Order: sequence, then structure tokens, then C-alpha cells
Amino acid sequence: MKERTGPQGIVERLLAANAIVVYVFLYAPIVLLVIFSFNDNNNVSIWTEPSLRWYGEMFRNDEVMGALRNSLVVALVATAVSTVLGTALAISLERYRYRGRGTLDGLAYLPIIIPDVTMAVMLLIFFFQAFGILDSLTGIRLTTGLHTIILAHIAFNISFVAVVVRARIAQFDEALEEAAADLYATRWQTFRKVTLPLIAPGVAGGALLALTLSLDDVVVTQFVSGAGSTTLPVYVFGLVRRGVTPLINAVSVVMLLASMVLVGVSLGLQRSAAGRQKVLTEPSVVYERAT
Amino acid sequence: MTGAPVTPELEKGAERAESRRGFLIGSPASAYLVLFFAIPLVLVFVYSFASRSSTGLTVLEDWNLDSYRRLLDPLVVEIFVRSFVLALITTAVCLLASYPFAYYIATRGPGLRNVLLILVMIPFWSNFLVRTYAWRVLLGSDGVISQISQALGGESIRVLFTPPAVLIGLVYGYLPFMVLPLYAAIERLDWSLVEAARDLYADGWTAFRKVTLPLSMPGIVAGSILVFIPSLGAYVTPAILGGARTVLMGDYIVSQFLAARNWPFGSALSFAVMFVMLIAAMLYFRAGARTL
Amino acid sequence: MCPAPVIRHPLSLWEEMEIMNRAQKMVVVLAALSLVITACGDGGGSGADASSCELDQVDGDLNFYNWSEYIDPELISAFEEEYEVDVVEDFYESNEAMLAQLQSGAVYDLIVPSDYMVGIMIEEGLLHEISDEAVPNLANLDPKFNELPYDPGPEYSAAYQFGTTGLGVNVAVVGEDYTPSWALLFDPELTTTFPGGVSVLNDPRETMGAALKYLGHSLNDTDLEHLAEARDLIAAAKDGIATFDSDQYDEALVNQEVAVSHGYSGNMIVAIGEAENPDDFQYVLPEEGATFWIDNMAVPTSAESPCTAFTFMNYLLDADNGATLTNWNYYGSPNKASIDAGLIEQEVVDFYADTFTAEDLEIIEDTGDYEINFTDYLAEAKS
Repeated sequence: MKERTGPQGIVERLLAANAIVVYVFLYAPIVLLVIFSFNDNNNVSIWTEPSLRWYGEMFRNDEVMGALRNSLVVALVATAVSTVLGTALAISLERYRYRGRGTLDGLAYLPIIIPDVTMAVMLLIFFFQAFGILDSLTGIRLTTGLHTIILAHIAFNISFVAVVVRARIAQFDEALEEAAADLYATRWQTFRKVTLPLIAPGVAGGALLALTLSLDDVVVTQFVSGAGSTTLPVYVFGLVRRGVTPLINAVSVVMLLASMVLVGVSLGLQRSAAGRQKVLTEPSVVYERAT
Repeated sequence: MTGAPVTPELEKGAERAESRRGFLIGSPASAYLVLFFAIPLVLVFVYSFASRSSTGLTVLEDWNLDSYRRLLDPLVVEIFVRSFVLALITTAVCLLASYPFAYYIATRGPGLRNVLLILVMIPFWSNFLVRTYAWRVLLGSDGVISQISQALGGESIRVLFTPPAVLIGLVYGYLPFMVLPLYAAIERLDWSLVEAARDLYADGWTAFRKVTLPLSMPGIVAGSILVFIPSLGAYVTPAILGGARTVLMGDYIVSQFLAARNWPFGSALSFAVMFVMLIAAMLYFRAGARTL
Repeated sequence: MCPAPVIRHPLSLWEEMEIMNRAQKMVVVLAALSLVITACGDGGGSGADASSCELDQVDGDLNFYNWSEYIDPELISAFEEEYEVDVVEDFYESNEAMLAQLQSGAVYDLIVPSDYMVGIMIEEGLLHEISDEAVPNLANLDPKFNELPYDPGPEYSAAYQFGTTGLGVNVAVVGEDYTPSWALLFDPELTTTFPGGVSVLNDPRETMGAALKYLGHSLNDTDLEHLAEARDLIAAAKDGIATFDSDQYDEALVNQEVAVSHGYSGNMIVAIGEAENPDDFQYVLPEEGATFWIDNMAVPTSAESPCTAFTFMNYLLDADNGATLTNWNYYGSPNKASIDAGLIEQEVVDFYADTFTAEDLEIIEDTGDYEINFTDYLAEAKS
């Protein structure tokens, strides 16, 4: 049994109490949101009686379903592309040395520290100018739409994925890769059988982060969306103007459940995959098994 | 690796090949970032020197420094200071609330740890606006807080539309960004060092102060950056929970692109804010590096 | 296991500072590149040809960009069925947001800009002339709407709905015999006595405009001294102002979160009508004067299906459909044919009967460079 040098006695109890308070804080609006999704009243703050009508309406509402579909398409494509690019970037920055690496390093951090609004503005101006040039040079008229949203999301997600994966890469021992090379593995084999499985939790974490950021983005999406490309958060933002009804709550609850299922599944997969690699590669596991 | 003698030329050749490979691996991502990030950024910079037509459209002639001169207006400085202070307070509150919390989670067993972490993240998979609107209900005159105070015999309190409401909203929104890095840093701690401190007769608090806290500094730095930056540009939460009663930087910038239709000035503002954040981030990193 | 965005290697950014020179070189190259980009590009492109559209012609699906809660969904479905096209709706919350979207390349076939925005868009050549052939129902409009200052003719726009911006008042709180005046928003001695305070629109032109009217000036006044007075008035009134809100003003009133709410006529009337206790609330126009606004249908030059857009315009200008529109959103109808045929609810007709001729009601006009001042003064007032 592992023994940690942790807080004892009263400090332990205080910490536990603090943790409970924080969890209550975190879940208070969620609980409210879930409860009111079953509210029969149009008004979000006055409770009348329980009913499932908003869930029914949600599936019948074309706009909501359309926005949901857009959100999912954008999020999935953006996450996939940015995970691949971000992982590659992380490996390149962390494991290699070359000219311009420092500058690229800085550039890779910028999307993280830039405020939403600036990012949105940048891309707005960029698409404005770029479409203009394209039009005057070739006569092809591009418009904003789902594709521009996806491009925008990838732009900021690459950096977030890279940061998470880099943290993971930095953690594991290069010696393992060298050992594989000593055993005559080619680079690709080393990557596939040693590096990738070891950084997999980091990649998964980065992908998860990218998915979350993409699904929730309002500001950037608003500025670069076009006709018929409303995503769910932007739709909710607009709905605010028309009066918030429990329909939004119902949509949120469904999305919440969907995310939970998604994460549950991915964690389950991670556990079985990473479980095998954990042996002998993480000191804490060795320690665990030895004591 | 076997056979031929390793000469300096061969080594250099291998190094260069290695370098090139590294560059190539990272090139799709860097090309993407240059095209969709660096160039737009420079465009914003260029726009900040442009001028505004009388109907509010941007005219790419008459390059001038007017927008930058306006940055020194008392109004702009006041808005900036207010946003900065709010971001600082949000970060501080987040840190104070998250550290004990992250510490608690990190000192649980492995299975429980992961469950607790996931429980932290779940609320954030619901839509951000809906969560914020839920807070609006909770903090309103008929909300939970008000009802509790009425049950205790007091009057109905409306926290909504006050600065504390904005703070609550911001802290709520960025808590995981503080908790996760802190957790990562604390979890990776070499606890034998703490044990060693205790063996040398340090009490719990001293051991914490002199060993645990400094060692978890990278997490504190990372978390603070991840909370401070978005707080500085936040405007949706303050608008919904604070009643838009004060003007913050994010709102002001957006209004330049919308209501005022003054893109050059909006660009100058965006660029200036980003520049300040960059400096702050670099300084903070240096501070973080020194304690390692 | 779980994502932990710890930023390692803090020294890397420090390295970056040392390589500033190299970065600077790159910036110069990028700057040169973007100057080329900006020199060549000109933003908006031109859409399909609109001059040869015929009556009832459709040339593709309709991308309809409108204010939210402004059109009866039944009207949309009926149009879709009759003409066998899809109508894709998107919504904006301000004229400026709509303009920004159009400028950045979003393509819409029919938009609904307000008065001053139509003027701006005409000046910048962003709108198609309306084809008389394709939109014969233009004749249904009340002649008053043919001589509007921002688009005489009208050539580029057709009136959609009009309305006023006034005050929603909770008479149960304020009392039955109150004076309808902007003082209900701007007099702190009055407003601080209301439980919950008041809600004011978060729109520079509307709010500064209201303050200007209260002070006896025009809401299009560009005299900086007058604007400064308006700003100081709002700043002094802040104690009683609970929130600056352009979205939930009607709900805040009806939920009794505030006692008086500044907002648009149609939304207010609808919200009051749907409240549990409608008799407790009234919508009034202050005696010092208020904003009178007209929203108009227009077809941007970048539209891809202008003929469908004209057909839809024609469809909405039909007497029956015009009446359905107004009976749903409770704003003022510019459609004389609908009114004369008695198709619109009498209450609504009566409510807006005097709007056009009332002397103290003004239309917002673009003030050019002074728009910056309106925005900034409101920001200063809030500070």
C-alpha cells in the first residue's frame, strides 16, 4: 500500500471541507440548469411543474438541431486536424533542435495568450482581405461559413494541443526511444511502438481540450461565421436576445450527457491501452509495485 | 551505427539530417500557424495605422498614428486599469480557492484522483452561456442566495449586477484552468523531499511553505497565466452578470468593431492588449524559472 | 491521464527574447507581404445580376439575415412551400454586427437594416436597386414611406416594420399617475426609490439619444458640449440604473427584476401581453420625445439569389402577409393595403397611428465621425 506524506488530522478535514464547498460551487448552476430543463413554464426562473416537453421540442426544432450539427461537425474536424498538427508540433519542438525553433516556440504560445476578441478580430480582417484578393485575382468568390469557422478553431487549438502533449513528452525518458533504436527499430517503428503509446494520454488530453474549446467557442465563431453556419453556442447567444426558455437547458443537458459518455468511453480506451505501457515506465508504478 | 568510423563530417551530417527532420515534422503546423495566425496578426497591426471613413468603413490610405495616440486617453487607460485589476483579483481568488482543492485531490489515491478530476471538468462540458445564465438566476432577487437570506429572516438580496457577481462568474468560468495545472504540478512532486523536511523537524506548515509550495510553482505560474489572460479580455460574463454597468477592455474593443465602426482603433487596442499580455507572460515565466 | 496544461521550459520564451532580431526580420517580411495583400484586395465581391429579375422568379435558396423574433415562422414555411425553396435564417442583434458580417464575406440575399444603416449602405454601394417588375407590391406601402430621408423613392429598400423606443413601466411600483418622462430612467432621486432599479438600453445612439432628448436637444445632435451634458446626466443617474441591457429588457420588466425598462415597442408589448399580470405594466413614450425607427428590407449586392430575395420581399409586402407579420410581432406596419383592408389588429393600428406625425419623435441618422463620440461618451458615463 502506498503511503503518502500528506496532510494529517484537522488539516485533512479542513481540506476535505474546502473540496466539498468547491464542488457545491461548481455544480450549483448545473443542478439548477438540469432541474429547470424539466420545467413546464416558458420562463427560466419560475418553476411550475415537471414536464418533458422541452426535450420533445428540442428534437423537433430545426434550428437547434442544425446548430448542434454544425457544432459537432466543426468540433470533430477541428479537433482531428489540430490534434495531428499539434502533436507533430510538440514532438518537433520538444525533441529536435533546428534554426528558427525558438521563434516557432514563441509563435506556438501566442494563440494561448491572445485574448478571444483579438483572435476574432484578426481572423475577421484576414478573411475579409484574403477573399478580396482571391476575388480580384481569380474571380472566385469565397464566403465565410463552416469552413472558416473550422479554420479558425484549428488555428487556436493547435497551440493548446501542443502544450499538453509537450508536457507529456517532457515527462518520459528519452532513453526509452534510444533503447528502441539500439534494438534496430526504424524511426517509424520507434514512433509507433514506443513514443506514440507513451504520449497517448497527452494526445488524448490535448484532443479533449481542443474538443471542449471548440464546442464552447462563442466570440471567435461569431466573427467568422457565415450564412447558415450558426453553431450551438452562437445560437444560444442569439437566443438570449429572444428570451431564454428551458429549451436551452434541455439542449445543454443533452450535450452534457453526450460529453460524459464520450469522455467515459475515451478514458476506458485509454486505461486499457496505457495500462500495458505503464509497467516499467513510470517510477510511481514501480514504487507502487515494490512497496 | 556500426561499421564505418564516426568522423566529424559524418556526425555533422547526421546532426543536420536530424535538424531537418525535426523541422519537417513541425512544418505543417508551423505553416498553418503562419498563414492563419501570424499573417492575420500582422494585418491587425497594419489596420491599426489605417483611417476610418465618415461612414465607418476602413480606408487603407492616410496612414497615421492617431489610433495609438488615443491609447493614452484617460478613458482608455481607465478601462484598461479596471480590466487589469479585475483580472488580477480573479486570478488571486482562483488561486486561493484552487490550491487547497488541487492539493486535496492530488493527495488522494490514484483511482479517486481521476474521478475527482473528471468531476471537476464535467460542469464545463455544458454550454458556457447557459451556465452563466444559470448564475443569473441564482444571483437574482428571486435566486437561491436571496431565498436563503429571506429564510434566515433577512431581506431579498440581489447579488446580480454588482461587481461580486462578475467576480463569481469569472472565477467560476476559469477555475478548471487553475485547478488542472496545479494538480499536475503537485501530483508530480517528489514527496520524499517533504518527508525529508519533516525528518529534519519541520512542522507541517513550514514543510509546506519551504518545500511543497516552491516545488509547485510551475503549476502556479501556468494556472495563473491561463486564468489571467482570458479574464483580461472577458466581456460576455461581465455583461450578463454585471449588467454592463462598467466598461471593460473586451467590451470596448468589440464596440469599436461594431457600434463605433472604428476598425483602426479597435485593431490598435487589440494589439496593445496582446502586447501587454505577452510582456506579462514573459515576465511571469522568468519569475517561474528562477524558483526552479 | 487528464489534460494538464503545464507550461514547461519557461526558458524557451526567454530564448525567444534573445532571438528578437530574427523575429523582427520575419515580422518585416510578413508586414511587406500583408501590405501587398491589403493593396490588392478590396473586400466585398459582387454577386449575381439582379436587374433582370421577374415577378415570382426564384434563383436559389434564400439566405435571410434578420433581427431575432421579428418574423412569424409560419410565414417562412408558407413561402418555402409556395415557391419550393429553402429559407435559411440567421439572426443579428445590431446593424453594425450585420454590416461587419457582410463586409467580411458572409453572403446573404435579404437583410433588414435600420434607417441610418440603409443610408450608409447606399452610400457605400452595397445594395441592389429594387426591381419594380419583381416587387409590384411596393405600391402597398403607405406613401409616407416613399419619402424617407435615407432612401427617397424608395430605390434600394422597402419598409419592413417600424416602431418606437420607449419605456416599459411597472405601474404597481411606480404608481398610477406617474409622468411619462425620461426622468424615470435618469433621475437618480426617483430611480433609487424603485425596488430593483431601472434598465437602460446598452446602445450608444439610443441611450445617449434618450439623454439628449431629456435635455431638450435632438438625438442626432453633434454638438460636443451637448453630448458631454448627456454623458454627465447618465453618469449621475448610475446609482438607480441596475443594468445596461439591450436583450433582456422586456423579461427584466415582466419578472419584476427592475421597475422601469428602456426598450423597443413591439418586444415590450408582446412581453407585457404574455405576463401573468399584464395590467401592472404599460409601454409609454416619454413626453420629451423618443426614437422612431424604421427597419427595411434590402438586397445586398453580394447576394447570390437576388431574384428569390425580391420575390420574398414582394411576398411580405402582400396585404395578407403584411398583416400576419404585424399581428405576430406587434410593431408598426407600413403596409397601407393591410391596414385599409382591416387585416391588422385594431389595437396595434391605433397604437402606432400617430407615430409618423408626432413632432417629438426622431429618426436616428448617421453622424459620421461623431459615432465615435457617442460610443466613447457612453463608455465614459459608465466609468
